[in-house]
Amino acid sequence: MGFKDSIIWLYFSSPRNFYPFAGQLIPWFGWLAAALTVVGLYIGFFVAPPVLSDQKEYYVIIFIHVPAAWMSMFIYIIMSLYAFIALVWNIKMSEMMATALAPTGAMFTFLALWTGALWGRPSWGAYWVWDARLTSELILLFLYIGFMSLQSAIDDPRRAARASGLLAVVGAINVPIIYFSVRWWNTLHQGFSVQPAQAQQLMDPSIKWGMLILALAFWMYTIAVVLYRVRTIILERERQTTWVQELVSGK
Amino acid sequence: MMSAIAEFFYFSGYAWYVWGSYGVTAAFMIAEVILVIRGKRSTMNRLARMVRLNNSSSE
Repeated sequence: MGFKDSIIWLYFSSPRNFYPFAGQLIPWFGWLAAALTVVGLYIGFFVAPPVLSDQKEYYVIIFIHVPAAWMSMFIYIIMSLYAFIALVWNIKMSEMMATALAPTGAMFTFLALWTGALWGRPSWGAYWVWDARLTSELILLFLYIGFMSLQSAIDDPRRAARASGLLAVVGAINVPIIYFSVRWWNTLHQGFSVQPAQAQQLMDPSIKWGMLILALAFWMYTIAVVLYRVRTIILERERQTTWVQELVSGK
Repeated sequence: MMSAIAEFFYFSGYAWYVWGSYGVTAAFMIAEVILVIRGKRSTMNRLARMVRLNNSSSE
C-alpha cells in the first residue's frame, strides 16, 4: 500500500469524514438497487423458462432464495472482517461498520430460510428438515442475533464492540461450513447453484443471469441501507463532539 | 378460461409458495428502509434536544 493510499484510508477511518462521504454514496446505491431489481425480476418472471427440469413453476423462488442466501454469507464475512480490524487495530469506524451490517445480514439469513422453506414444501414435501445446509444456515441466524444481543446487553460501546467482535470472528468458521455443506454431507438440499462444471450447461443462461442480477441488486441495497444505518450510529457514538452537535442543531 | 393476469397470479397452483416468498422478502426489505430512515430522524431529533438542553442549562 502506497503512502497516498494509506492517507485516504486514514481519512475515511475518521467518522467525521466518513459521515458526509457515506451520505453522498447512498442515493447512487439505492437507485442502482432499484433498477437492478426491476431487471432481475423481469428476467425471472418473463424471460426465464417456466420450469427447470423436475422443478415445476415454483422454482422462480430461486431468484430471491439464492441471492438472499449468498448475501447472508457475504455480509457475515464482511462483518467479521470489520470486527477483526476493530479488534486488532482498534479502529472505531470498523466497529461501527460491523454493527451496521448485522441487522441486514440477519434479515437476509431469515429470508433465505423463509424462501427455502416455501420452496422445500412443494419440491421435497417438507417446510423444514434437519439437513446440514439448513441447520448451518439457522446457526448463522443465531450468530447474527447473538452479535446484536451482546451489543445491546453491554452499555459501554467499546466493550460491547470487543465482546461482539470476538463472537463475530469466531463464528466466521460457520460460513465455509454452510457453503460446503452440500458437498461434505449427503444433504437433501441441492448442490451449488452456480458452478463452473458441466452442470452449468443444464441450466438455461437466463436463470443464471436473473440470479446474478438480483444478487447484485441485493448487494447495492445492502450498501445503501448499511451506509444509512452507520450514519445514525456515527451520530450516536460521536454525540459529544462539536461537529455532531452543530450538525443536529442545524448550524 | 382464466385471464392471463389471473393465471400469472395463480402460478399453476403454487401461488402461496411463490407469492409467500416474494411478498415476505419485499415486505422485509421495504420495512428495513423505512426503519433506518425513521431511526436516523429520531436520533437527530433526540440529539438536537440534548444539545438545546445543555445549552440552556449552561447559560
